Amino acid sequence: MEYSASELLIINAARLLKDGDTVFVGVGSPNLACNLAMRTHAPSLLMIYEAGVVGSRPSRLPLSIGDPTLVSGAAAVTSMYEIFSLYLQRGNVDVAFLGGAQIDRYGNINATVIGSDYQHPKVRMPGSGGSMEIAGWANRCYIMTPHQKRRFPEKCDFVTSAGFLGGRKQREATGARGGGTQCVVTDLGLMEPDGNGELVLTALHAGATAEKARENTGWDLKVAEKLRYTELPTEKELRILREELDPQGTYR
Amino acid sequence: MTKLTTLQDAVARYVKDGDTVYAAGFTHMIPFAAGHEIIRQGRKNLTLARATPDLIYEMMVAAGCARKLIFSYVGNPGVGSLRIIRERLENGSLEWEEYSHFSMICRLQAGATGLPFMPMNQTAATDLEKANPQYRRVKDPYTGVEVVVVPPLKPDVAIVHVQRCDVEGNAQIWGIIGEQKEAAFAAEHVILTTEEIVEESVIRSDPNRTVIPAFIVDAVCHVPYASHPSYTQGYYDRDNAFYLEWDRITEDPIRVKAWLDEWVYGVKDREAYWQKLPAETRKRLQVKQRLAAPVDYGEY
Repeated sequence: MEYSASELLIINAARLLKDGDTVFVGVGSPNLACNLAMRTHAPSLLMIYEAGVVGSRPSRLPLSIGDPTLVSGAAAVTSMYEIFSLYLQRGNVDVAFLGGAQIDRYGNINATVIGSDYQHPKVRMPGSGGSMEIAGWANRCYIMTPHQKRRFPEKCDFVTSAGFLGGRKQREATGARGGGTQCVVTDLGLMEPDGNGELVLTALHAGATAEKARENTGWDLKVAEKLRYTELPTEKELRILREELDPQGTYR
Repeated sequence: MTKLTTLQDAVARYVKDGDTVYAAGFTHMIPFAAGHEIIRQGRKNLTLARATPDLIYEMMVAAGCARKLIFSYVGNPGVGSLRIIRERLENGSLEWEEYSHFSMICRLQAGATGLPFMPMNQTAATDLEKANPQYRRVKDPYTGVEVVVVPPLKPDVAIVHVQRCDVEGNAQIWGIIGEQKEAAFAAEHVILTTEEIVEESVIRSDPNRTVIPAFIVDAVCHVPYASHPSYTQGYYDRDNAFYLEWDRITEDPIRVKAWLDEWVYGVKDREAYWQKLPAETRKRLQVKQRLAAPVDYGEY
C-alpha cells in the first residue's frame, strides 16, 4: 500500500508506545500516533493532556490541546498546577512527544528563538509551553520531525528543553529525573542516543539510505553498527489512520 | 450582597491604565468579551499576563492596550504563530517576560497562596533561566540540592469566565479548570463574566463544584457567549475556523484594523457581537447535551 511521509512518521511513532504507558500527548501528529497505538497494540494507553485532562477518549481530532472533546468522557480533569506537579514532576509520566524548530546532536530542542541573541531574535517562536518540564521529567521523550538539515544543527541556538545537553553525564549532573530524548522519528528513519547521549542513525525506512540521512543532518551523523530497517506500515495501521482517526486527511 | 453589574461598569471600575491584568482560562473559557470591552474603553500601558496570550491578548496588543506581556507559550494553538505579537517581540516594540507553563503557574500559585516564592525541580534546560532574571535558585535546606524558584504573580485584576454563579459571585466551572482559581486568589480584584446567573440554592446543591468563592469576587457580569471564539464546556464549541481565520487576518495590518473596527469598536457589547455572527456560525457552535450522573450529598 502507498503511504505518505507523515503517515510513516505517525505509524513509527505509534510503535514506540507500550501498552500501559502513561503518555503526555500533544496535538497534531503525536495525537494521531497515540490514538493509533491505543487502537492497535496499546489498548490500555493512558493519555494525559497538558491542559489537565487525564484518560481522554476524544471522539474527533482536536485542533488544540484544550479542545472540549478531550474532556467529555475523560477519566479526570485537574488544574494546570496539578497536572504539572502531581503527574509530571512526581514522576508519573512515562512518555511524551515533543517538537521544535531545531533538534541538535544531543537531542536538545529549540522552540524559542532562532539567532544567538535572545533579546533580539531573528525569528521568535512560541517558546516552551509545557515542554521544558516534560523534557526534564518524563521517562522517555520522542520527537517526530521531517529529516531536514536546518532542523538538525550541530548545536541549538537556544535550549528550550533538554536532551543530553553536551553529553549524557552533563544531564545526569543536573539531577533531572527523566530519561531524556530516546528516539527521533524522521521520514528517513530513527535516531537514538548512544552511550554518551549523541543521536546516531539506528534504523532506516524502506527506500531510505544512510547517505541521505547523513546529507540531511547538520553534524557528522554516526551510523549504528547494526543498522536495521523499520517494518512497512501495515494495511491495518493505514486503514485506522485514514478511516477512523483522520478521515479528512488533515495530517496526510 | 449582589455584585451584579454590567461589564462596561466592571471594566471602568477595576481595570486602570498601567495595571497588570490576568485574563484566565487555559484554552477554555477565555474571557474575550472582557478583552474587547477593555479595548473599547481604550486602556493603555497594561501588563498582560497569561500562560497562552492567545487571540485575546493579540487583539489587545494590536489595539494598543499593552506595554508588556508575561507568557509561557506565545502561539496560536494548533495553528501557528501569533503574528502581531511575534513581530513586536522580534522588533522590540513590546516588553516581555517569559516562562515555561509550569513556572508561570507556579508564580500564580505563590501569589494565590501568599508564599514568597515557589520551588520547582530542575529540568536540565537552563537557557530560559539565564534569560529571565526572575528565575532564581535556592538550596533545599534539607538535602542541599538546588531547586529553581519563581516569585509570586499578583495581578491587579483577574478576569474569569464561568459557566454559572450566583449574584454574590460563588462561581462553578467544569471542563478544563486550568488556572482560574489560582488567578482569582492571586489578584487584588476579580471580575467574573458568566454564562448563567443561578439561584444560591443551585450553587449550594453542589458545593464541590464551586471553584471561586464570592468573598474574593468584586463584580459579577452576566455575559452569555463571552468566551467566543474560545468555548464554554457544555454551552458552545470552540470556533476553530475563526482561530484559522485570525491567522489570515493578521497577515495584513489593514485587515486587523478593519476586523477590530467591525467586531470590537463597532459593537456595543457581547450581545450585539453574538447576534452579528452569521446564523450558520452560531448553529455550528451548538453542542449536544451530555449530562453527568447526579451525586448524592445526603441530608444531614
